[in-house]
Amino acid sequence: MKILLIDDSKTMRNIQKSVLTQLGYSQVEEACDGNDALSKAAKFGPDLILCDWNMPNMDGLTFVKTFRQTNKATPVIMVTTESEKARVIEAIKAGVNNYVVKPFTPDLLAQRIQETMAKRAAA
Amino acid sequence: MDPAFITPFISSIQHVFSTMMQLRVDIGTPGIKKDPAPTYDVSGIIGMSGDVVGSVTLSFPLATARNVVALFAGSPVEPGTPDFADAIGELVNMVSGNAKGQFTGSKKVSISCPSVVVGQNHLVARQKDVPCISIPCKTDCGDLVIEIAIRESASASGATPAQAAAA
Repeated sequence: MKILLIDDSKTMRNIQKSVLTQLGYSQVEEACDGNDALSKAAKFGPDLILCDWNMPNMDGLTFVKTFRQTNKATPVIMVTTESEKARVIEAIKAGVNNYVVKPFTPDLLAQRIQETMAKRAAA
Repeated sequence: MDPAFITPFISSIQHVFSTMMQLRVDIGTPGIKKDPAPTYDVSGIIGMSGDVVGSVTLSFPLATARNVVALFAGSPVEPGTPDFADAIGELVNMVSGNAKGQFTGSKKVSISCPSVVVGQNHLVARQKDVPCISIPCKTDCGDLVIEIAIRESASASGATPAQAAAA
């Protein structure tokens, strides 16, 4: 499975990447903001996207809205410090499939990925 | 400053450090800070805008910052490198974002991308009309402080800027 990991923090990308590796996902492409992610998503064709919200240049919400104009199928999990109910609703309306609030444990991130992919497989 | 702004930062730093690094944070007695110089050598700074305005700084002695970053990143990172600043920035981002989620309620508040300064005797310019509360923290990696200089914006409270600053 190909996963696109979008976060402006290299430290957070490394932490998430190590969880993905432990889960057996080795095909991981990284992007540092929404613009970078749009370009990499087109070339990489991910099966799952993990996306931060607050990033320079193009934030995660704008990325999801733009990405969903041409791709309704690829699941997106928002991984962010934004925990307010209104923000979660805003993200889901934009096309986010699941949500992880930072800080997170490796187990929680793994659980959200597995939930999301199980729903995708059942659809 | 509204005390309701302080408690979320205390629970947030404990939650973030415990979840990401299994690091316990013991909180000391908060005090008002008048000096614009950060308490220590490494500062992670984040701005807040919208219905709450101001800034939040995590200030570390260099040795503490080295220890915390090594624990967070999973291996030692040299101070002065982009990766070191990245790790400190992400920590202040998580502490501020998590605290914001606890105090905002119906308020609309945005946080900026973090800035990180490394070096002795640097200054962090804050809005003059916003008092700064310093909260000392003790960890097994060393001491650090959270410096919180935020207030409800005049437009959110319905007050004039002077009234909001005095609140």
